[in-house]
Formats: sequence, C-alpha cells, structure tokens
Amino acid sequence: MQERDVQVFVEGTQNYFKEISGEAPEVGLPYMKGSEEIILDYTGAIGISGERKGCVYFTTNKDMLSEIVGAVLGPGSDSEEALRDMVGEIANTISGNARRSFGSNFMISVPIVIYGNPNIDLPVSIPTYIIPLTWKNYKSYIVVGIE
Amino acid sequence: MKLLIVDDSSIIRKAINKYLKEYGLELVGEAGDGVQALEQFKAHAPDVVTLDITMPEMDGLTCLEEMLKINADVKVIVISALSDQATALKALKLGAKGFLGKPFTEDKIKEAFDRVIKGG
Repeated sequence: MQERDVQVFVEGTQNYFKEISGEAPEVGLPYMKGSEEIILDYTGAIGISGERKGCVYFTTNKDMLSEIVGAVLGPGSDSEEALRDMVGEIANTISGNARRSFGSNFMISVPIVIYGNPNIDLPVSIPTYIIPLTWKNYKSYIVVGIE
Repeated sequence: MKLLIVDDSSIIRKAINKYLKEYGLELVGEAGDGVQALEQFKAHAPDVVTLDITMPEMDGLTCLEEMLKINADVKVIVISALSDQATALKALKLGAKGFLGKPFTEDKIKEAFDRVIKGG
C-alpha cells in the first residue's frame, strides 16, 4: 500500500462527513500502525478482497455516533441499534467510495460491527495506516491495512 | 405509488423513507438483504424500489435482475457506496432506472427520484 492510497481514504472520509453533516472533519497526519491497539467504543470493519486484500475499519465513540445519527435522522434517534448500524454504514461508505480510485475489482464485504473494545488482529504482513480525525471535537480513526 | 426500500442499514432505510415523505408514496415494505427484498417484491408488487448493492444473502445487482424478471416495468433506483462509474453503468445496463452514490443528502435523493419518477 502506497501513501497515495492512504490519501484516497483521507479524502473519502472528508467527503463523507461533509456530505452528511455539512462539516468536514480535521484529518490528522496518517501514520504507520505499530503494536498499539486503535479501537474505541464502536467499530465498523470492512473486509477487502479482489485485486487487493485487507481490511478497513472506522472506530469512534458513542457521543460522536449519536451526533452523526442525529444529523441523518434527527434528534432522539440514537438507539443502541442505530449506533451500531451507523458505524458499519460509515465504514461501508468510505470503503465503497474508494472504488472510484481503485477500480471495480476492489471488493468490499458487508460491514462487521464490533463494540466493547475487543482487540482487532490485523495481519502483520500488511502495512497498516492509521488516519486520525476530529469531527466536532470528537476523535475517531480510520485504520487501513491493504496489500 | 408503492415503494419498497432495500438496504442492509436500518438507518439508511429510515433516511430514505424520511427524505421521500413529501412524495406521498405508500411504503409497502423494507428489506435488509436481497432474499428478503425478493420476498417483499413478490408479496407487495411495488412500483418503485430503492436498492443497495452490498448486502448479505444476495447482492443488489443479482436482486435487480430477479426483480426485473418478475416485473420489467418496476422503477429501481440503485443507492450504493460503490459509487464508481463502472458499477453505476452496470446497474443501469441491468435495467435500473437511476443510480445514486452514498453518501447522499436529502436534496440528492429527491433529484434522483424526480429524474426517475417524473422524468425531471
């Protein structure tokens, strides 16, 4: 995975939040993942297959998801089911949009939703980048590990 | 006009229903995967379907082909995160009347709907 590939996810993330909420996130400098665990309250993970293989996940906290759900459906819509659904949909959209750059052989899975801070073991052989972002003062991460 | 909404995200299904409220459509069904979608399609004979692509059980493009075998006149708008041109063209070639990429706003889904339903 090249640094220019990471930029695809940076731009996809900015576009997602801008479209949904009218406010683009501040995206921090992407960096290579080491042994640290980057996992918050809720995580949406997408398996990548086809010409390129790996995983993309979006991880964030409850308050941020509540706000995003509110932006889409209006206030009071943030049930637990809605939060889990939303985190999967964010990961799905950012990953799916990457096809515009990587081509239609960039295959994405249905989202896997993880909550409660378990570890996510990514293959160590695949270089993995962490993209930190801040949207309305909420900190989140996109983690991209693709061959 | 009868509407069927198909997406594995319940938030997206609710958003589509909310954004299309002013069209006065009768929501006859919702489905979270392609198999459920076909069951709902056969049971309720919708006039319009909004259809995601990446779903469990059966993907949206396979579902689209099956729906059109049942009713070639149904108007299907594919709404998907797979917003590359090749996927959009494939959906249209298979018989979808419209394609809208995610993320979408209320204005964008209304525009797509107007194009398909009203020819506007």
